[in-house]
Amino acid sequence: MQKIFNLACGSFYALGAYVGVSAVGWYVDAGGPPALFIVPLALAGLAVGAVGVVVERGLLRFVYDRDETFQLLMTFAIVLMMEDAIRLTWGTAPRSTAGLYLVYGQVRLFGATVPVYNLIVIAASLAIALAIGWLLTRTAFGRIIRATADNREMAEALGVDMRRVYAKVFTLGTALGTLGGALVIPATAAMSEMGIELIVEAFAVVVIGGLGSMRGAFVGALVVGVLRSIAISVYPELEMLLIYLIVIAVLVARPRGLFGGATA
Amino acid sequence: MKGGLAVALGAAAIAAAPLVASTYHVLLMLPFMAYAVVLLGLNLLFGYTGLVSFGHALFIGLGAYTGAFLTTHAKIRSLEVILLAAAVLGALVAIPVAALCVRYVKIYFGMLTLAFGMVFYTFVLKFYRLTGGDEGTPFLRPSLLGRSLDAMPKIDYLVGPYYYYSLAVLGLAALGMWRIVHSPFGLCLKTIRDNPTKAETLGIGVTRHRFYAFVISAIYAAVGGVLLGPPTGNVDPTLAYWTHSGNIVFMTLLGGFTSFFGPVVGAFVFIYLQSWVMSVVPYWRLVFGAMLAVIVIFAPDGLVGLVTRRRPAPAGRA
Repeated sequence: MQKIFNLACGSFYALGAYVGVSAVGWYVDAGGPPALFIVPLALAGLAVGAVGVVVERGLLRFVYDRDETFQLLMTFAIVLMMEDAIRLTWGTAPRSTAGLYLVYGQVRLFGATVPVYNLIVIAASLAIALAIGWLLTRTAFGRIIRATADNREMAEALGVDMRRVYAKVFTLGTALGTLGGALVIPATAAMSEMGIELIVEAFAVVVIGGLGSMRGAFVGALVVGVLRSIAISVYPELEMLLIYLIVIAVLVARPRGLFGGATA
Repeated sequence: MKGGLAVALGAAAIAAAPLVASTYHVLLMLPFMAYAVVLLGLNLLFGYTGLVSFGHALFIGLGAYTGAFLTTHAKIRSLEVILLAAAVLGALVAIPVAALCVRYVKIYFGMLTLAFGMVFYTFVLKFYRLTGGDEGTPFLRPSLLGRSLDAMPKIDYLVGPYYYYSLAVLGLAALGMWRIVHSPFGLCLKTIRDNPTKAETLGIGVTRHRFYAFVISAIYAAVGGVLLGPPTGNVDPTLAYWTHSGNIVFMTLLGGFTSFFGPVVGAFVFIYLQSWVMSVVPYWRLVFGAMLAVIVIFAPDGLVGLVTRRRPAPAGRA
């Protein structure tokens, strides 16, 4: 929406994951009922999104008027800093919440055993997607965001305070990233490299779906997720290779993505 | 002519380094010279044509793996043959990649190159029978100018014959690039960078010129990639990872993409600063990330830009 291709979104995801692990750790140590661990997890994920304000005010706002190249490099600088900041805080060993996510039990679904926690995450992501859709299309704030994305000068001339919009949008994006990282972590483990690895996948999702299209991003995520699973079970060597080849195919055939309408 | 004097002094200093500097510092010069070759090529695309590639680690990796494969599996040890093979292979891979990428500019160009880079990365990681997977492939000591130097102790080899060989390659690469950017072709690239529409109306084939610039820069990256191999003796997939592409763009920006030798200065400062910071704290990325942010905000012309800023030099000249 801000037309900034943020290489650092993966780093925020990693940050959310680590903070989520720590929050759950404290929560369990403090004797909270394990069944409610998702509450501190989600709260921690959202709260650490506040780092978005710092990054936006402290760094990104200086490069809005610059060439896209410099914006890209600025986010690359953030990637480098965040990776070591995470190492500095949490060390290099992977962190996880052990088997805590199994407290919700498992269900059999279409012949496969699925932890209930995974279903909760799927439901939560659907709810978040709907909420973002509602925010963008139905609220005044959403209209302002879309107007800014379409024509920044015009929006400014109409009295929109660009600095506040950008700060809010970036913080919202960051909070979603950190929340996503926190939610996914009980099922895997947090590693300091996860940020730079995720970015390539996130980038694939966004490109396949189309930049600036929320619906597209959702479909892109589905495509990438499903294809990865299929490739893993059929021919593991092809797993990520397949994703990149699709990205290239989409970029070449439809640079705006499958759902991209607006000119980027 | 102040620039020419600085270059001559720099070249003399590099040539004299093995005689005066400690072995440790001389060994650091080897990756510096390799990266300098890569960056001369990258800057043809970045500084002169205005396209920023986030996937040139592909060609570095390609060059390095070519050398590793030839020395380990094909028993070909001649560095001249390896360099030639890497250049040809770099060009062959670059032709389809460039043909697709140059249809786009700015952010789309960067994204597409990043995607191609990651295709190659995944390839070397997954097809471990050919590449050794994440352990990489050994890069056996190549022979120089037909002379096998296997009997030499490794350090003597690296700070002696191999050092001057690298320097010679860097010198030839710089000379070649100087000729390219000061030819009519180079002028066309600068015109395209400054105003593609005008270039088009002047009858310059914009896409075609971008394509040539991409292929040339890929050849330089592949040659530089070969030179990275022998000092470590091993080639691994991180060479092709996207953060490596980011690092070389960082080096270019650090030195200054608006000047011919800026990227070379950038490679030098990057390598030495990195080794120094890592000897103090293990968190070099934190320091370098902050440094990159400062450069992007306050000194987009890089270090060379800071030095020459007062002079009203035309953009793109050393």
